[in-house]
Amino acid sequence: MPEYYWPEEGKRSLIGKRHSRLDGPAKVSGKARYAYDTNRPGMLFGKGLRCPHAHARITKLDTSAAKKMPGVKAVRVVQDVGSEIHFALDEIVFLAAVTEEIATDAIRAIKVEYEVLPHFVTEEQRDKAPEAKPAEEEVTGEPNAAMEAADVKVEGYYGIVPIAHCCLEAHGQVCEWEDEQNMTTWCSTQNVSGMPAQFAEKLNIPASNVRAVTQYMGGGFGSKFSADRWGIECAELAREAGAPVKLMLERDAEMTVAGDRPSAYARIQLGAKRDGTLTAWVSESWGSGGVGGRGAPPLPYIFQVPNRRHQHTAVRTNRAGARAWRAPRHPQACHLTMGVLEDLAAELRMDPLDLFLKNVSIMGPRAKTFEEELKKAAELMEWKKKWHPRGDSGSGRVKRGLGLAMHTWGGRAHRSNCELLVYPDGSVEAKLGSQDLGTGTRTVIAIVLAETFGVPLAAVKVNIGDSRYPASGASGGSTTVGGVSSSTRRAALNALEQLFAKVAPDLGVSPDQLEAVEGRIQVKGNSGKNLSWKQATAKIGVNPISVTGANPGVGKLNDSGVGGVQMADVSVDVETGLVKINKMVAVQDCGLIIDLKTAESQVYGALIMGIAYALSEEKIVDPVTGRILNANMEFYKLPGVGDIGELVVHMMKGRRYDERGVIGLGEPPVISPGAAIGNAVANAIGVRVPYLPATPDRVLSALEKGGMA
Amino acid sequence: MQAFEYVSPATKQDAVKLLAGAGAESAVLAGGTDLLSLMKDYVIAPKRVVNIKSIKELQGIRYDSRRGLKLGVLTTLDQLLADKKIKQEYSSLWQAAQGVRSPQIQNMGTVGGDLCQRPRCWYYRNGYGLLAMQNGKSMVLEGDNRYHAILGNTGPAYFVNASSLAPALIALGSRLKIFGPDGAREVDLQDFYLIPTKQGEREYKLAAAEIVTDILVPPASRRNNATYEVRQKEALDWPLAAAAVALQMDGSRVKTARVVLGHVAPIPWRAPQAEKFLAGKTIGEDVAERAGEAAVTGARPLSGNKYKIRLARVAVKRAILRATGTEV
Amino acid sequence: MGKEKKVDKGGSNLSRRDFLRGSTAGALSTGLLSGRAMGGAAEAAVDVQILGPEPLPMMLRINGKTHRMKLEPRVTLLDALRNHLDLTGAKKVCDRATCGACTVILNGKPAYACTVLAIEAQGKEIQTIEGLASGEELHPMQAAFIENDAQQCGFCTPGFVMACKAFLDQNPNPSREDIEKGLGGNLCRCGTYVGIRQAVLDVARAGKGGEGNA
Ligand SMILES: Cc1cc2nc3c(=O)[nH]c(=O)nc-3n(C[C@@H](O)[C@@H](O)[C@H](O)COP(=O)(O)OP(=O)(O)OC[C@H]3O[C@@H](n4cnc5c(N)ncnc54)[C@H](O)[C@@H]3O)c2cc1C
Ligand code: FES
Ligand code: FES
Repeated sequence: MPEYYWPEEGKRSLIGKRHSRLDGPAKVSGKARYAYDTNRPGMLFGKGLRCPHAHARITKLDTSAAKKMPGVKAVRVVQDVGSEIHFALDEIVFLAAVTEEIATDAIRAIKVEYEVLPHFVTEEQRDKAPEAKPAEEEVTGEPNAAMEAADVKVEGYYGIVPIAHCCLEAHGQVCEWEDEQNMTTWCSTQNVSGMPAQFAEKLNIPASNVRAVTQYMGGGFGSKFSADRWGIECAELAREAGAPVKLMLERDAEMTVAGDRPSAYARIQLGAKRDGTLTAWVSESWGSGGVGGRGAPPLPYIFQVPNRRHQHTAVRTNRAGARAWRAPRHPQACHLTMGVLEDLAAELRMDPLDLFLKNVSIMGPRAKTFEEELKKAAELMEWKKKWHPRGDSGSGRVKRGLGLAMHTWGGRAHRSNCELLVYPDGSVEAKLGSQDLGTGTRTVIAIVLAETFGVPLAAVKVNIGDSRYPASGASGGSTTVGGVSSSTRRAALNALEQLFAKVAPDLGVSPDQLEAVEGRIQVKGNSGKNLSWKQATAKIGVNPISVTGANPGVGKLNDSGVGGVQMADVSVDVETGLVKINKMVAVQDCGLIIDLKTAESQVYGALIMGIAYALSEEKIVDPVTGRILNANMEFYKLPGVGDIGELVVHMMKGRRYDERGVIGLGEPPVISPGAAIGNAVANAIGVRVPYLPATPDRVLSALEKGGMA
Repeated sequence: MQAFEYVSPATKQDAVKLLAGAGAESAVLAGGTDLLSLMKDYVIAPKRVVNIKSIKELQGIRYDSRRGLKLGVLTTLDQLLADKKIKQEYSSLWQAAQGVRSPQIQNMGTVGGDLCQRPRCWYYRNGYGLLAMQNGKSMVLEGDNRYHAILGNTGPAYFVNASSLAPALIALGSRLKIFGPDGAREVDLQDFYLIPTKQGEREYKLAAAEIVTDILVPPASRRNNATYEVRQKEALDWPLAAAAVALQMDGSRVKTARVVLGHVAPIPWRAPQAEKFLAGKTIGEDVAERAGEAAVTGARPLSGNKYKIRLARVAVKRAILRATGTEV
Repeated sequence: MGKEKKVDKGGSNLSRRDFLRGSTAGALSTGLLSGRAMGGAAEAAVDVQILGPEPLPMMLRINGKTHRMKLEPRVTLLDALRNHLDLTGAKKVCDRATCGACTVILNGKPAYACTVLAIEAQGKEIQTIEGLASGEELHPMQAAFIENDAQQCGFCTPGFVMACKAFLDQNPNPSREDIEKGLGGNLCRCGTYVGIRQAVLDVARAGKGGEGNA
């Protein structure tokens, strides 16, 4: 068995450099086929009838007119008369027809009546909630006594409203049956290898008879792990109709039922010594993840204040259930915690950067890295030059301010299997049942292969996105890059071991004397004694070398636990309450970086997604109807190219990081932007805007309450 | 979208006949940037769609120093933006068009469509009707009304007029030319709009088979005019509040003023108090500020839109300052 | 795609046109029409073809090629491209003229394909993302998107590439501010705007005489 390790810095030709993503050409030319783009011969179009009420009982349902319409091929009632509906736009009927237009007409032809029942969607007023479950109180130390004894105390109220995932490619799939027992689904999923079992169970066929294919997918952000009811129903429609069916959610459904990040509200008391040392924390938080009611933010976040008490209450609402949203629960916890820390700093007339540095000792096992990152971010932001005490931002109508926040995340590599073939002609092919969400998974696998074999990137072929390939974990929790790079590295080293054994006699040394570099297999320390990659693989024989690699496995190739610090520089027009981003700095570590370019893209993207939830995006939940009023892209406000300011990304690199191995990066950088921006706004205008997003109405209302408007 | 029959006449006479032929079940299609969405959401479901884009005489921007500007309704926002005369002299109009921050909408959307577009009230668009009535009460009052009206909102209408061009055009004193079964008529743009008082009424006065053909804007005659919109995003977004002003100056003093607010009332909102206040004044920050206050006289916040009063005030102030050459 | 054959109740579209002509001459009573088209006396004098609502033959010029198909008047250009011609580069995201994922270039200008009826797009030059590259050689904007990693999931990418290309055609020498103001009709959820901004700048600079990367 070979030794499994990552090459060290001087010995890497590809890992850690900037590489353009391999599927770039397919994406920019429109050739990349997403689930939504799958067209099959004879394919039907599926549509759903959805309940307009947030809570209701179906009293009448008549699909006969729809069934009779020419071109309608299958109609399936999902929830029949008597069913209780718990959230708006829940599905009642699905049907399939020969054109999208006929399917739409058929949906309109269904007659349905409801008894409307009372709903609850305004969880901020938890005292009005029909159902709220306080969790166990968590207590450490002596919070009451410590609070009493604190030199300074602040108390604050903070909130972060629910948001959607708003994947640009809606949830959905095409399902096609080859025969009565075998089905293929082209689905938009983060979980290719997990799909067959989920479909099979509900369809009553063996999982081995289901094939899931996802070559490209248009965003998931944590909302696409499940086959979902619409997936199963799509398969059933296809089975009934005897033809492939495409069923993608319409935008309003996508925004309403296919993704919800739980809200969080908290009242927090924080006590400290005059020098800024944190001593006491007391908080109660509540929020809602819809019908499931989940989503307790881990409080206090990062700062393990020695004496602390916290209690969370999950409130059930008539909204569709929460789905993991990029770094579940962390952005909320970060906003709540960093908010009160900034407020404490303001109370102390202290620079929050100094307050953070003062409390490094309670930042947990990665404190030293946090300290470095704080300093690096401060340098890139020119923090010390630009920072001013809260509210000291001049008399003009545009106030500028700085804010900071920090975050942590696990990102431990998931289970992954890689099957690898090295052919006698030198070509190389890997197969993994993984998926590329746009994070660059394909590219990362290719880099690892090419690096290990010492061949150019273009010489390797990566096959992913098919459940027929060896199973790999779902892409969630920032676990993918660690998983696939480790399984691939192990497979590649296994292949090399076999190759070395084949060519060692020719080079007259033992296999362990060989290395693969720059397109050659050569004797270590004697580059003159070599075979080209092609000559070497020609010795394999007729059959390719066929090996596998797995994660977890032997050798330290990955780790968990990353951190980052972000700073925001904003301008607030205090007449209009409009917040503009001038600049943001993100400093992030993630162990060994495989592709610097796509890694940076993750952080840029996270900053922008963060700017969205910090300033403009929110699910506007109507108290009257219980519906999401802005289930579109017009009033669900995502920033555009001109709304992001200057963004600076710095990845922590070097031996200390590299030797940890690969750690995931998808989620962590999206945790801090909201908190950093919220703090910058407070620093600029002199008062706390408790809520994210900090929209003009909220900023103006805070100014007014603070007596500043 | 419900199936419809489609026709693309070449003359306005034919268009009107075709519209009349289908009665209330027909719709005029210009750029379609609003109409198609209304149809996809089943807010309207016409059986006949009359595309007016092939009607040549509805196109074109003409200028005459005596009569002023004549905009064919089919003028697209990007044609308007490309016109130097408009940019220089009718800057309030130009700025308003520029606020619609999507080149795609600018290329597709027409000025006629902009004036005749339907409100974006989310209750209306979600199928609850223009007045959003439920059990004899407007849903807006207890619902989420953060983007609803602060003026002209004594009920039952609480939506806001969505047109960005209308305030500018009204400030400039524009008139509309309308063609229908009974021939042509002209109306002051300001009088075109109305606040519905009962269900079934629309927010502008246009008979079923009538089409707007031209927009007549009097000579700018060196009136200082400008638009200021408060928008949350740089990318395509709806203004939270907007104001257009046109000031006839007498030396450094305002002789007469027109102040029109947008996106704050069910109609483009003339602000006579502000206009009266401005007459005779020399513009400065303070005067502009007080004109803003006068403009929102009578404003009445709903449960969630008090901030819009302030935004409207600021929009007026900044539009005045911008009109008189102060960068805001 | 297995579409049902529909019976054309009112006869073919052409005969309907003739029919209307005939009625102008007063040869026929308009009452015959009303079953289908709510026609009144006024309409009878109109010499123009009323089309649909049934599917009718259409012809679209896409990327220099002519495509023929039968569509209902209510079918949008986007649905025609995606569902009938298997040109799936333009994406359907909002379907309401907001996000730009469906952007195509119509007679040289960017437009939202989700909000143009296919029937109206006849006679226009339609350019889609599929027609941007010449053979295997990518358009400079496409190459710049790759170089600047202006894409993650890539779902907004085709629309953005088309919008950026059209933008540069109109503004060959933009500042960063022009770019920020001029690309407001497209949205990306993954957050690729830094790369997009740079891609447009790069192509503009290269066009000015190859000053190279920023
Ligand atoms: C996301 C988004 C954001 C937008 N932001 C703004 C904004 O900030 N400000 C703004 O002003 N607009 C905005 N718009 C609206 C935009 O649709 C209009 O600006 C556009 O100009 C409408 O023109 P159109 O030709 O496409 O109208 P169409 O959709 O063709 O028509 C709109 C309506 O007017 C009727 N109509 C059109 N022309 C005539 C006529 N000549 N006679 C009689 N009736 C007619 C139609 O029947 C229809 O009911 C936005 C649109 C979207 C989708
Ligand atoms: S799909 Fe056409 S603009 Fe969004
Ligand atoms: S790259 Fe995913 S939406 Fe833009």
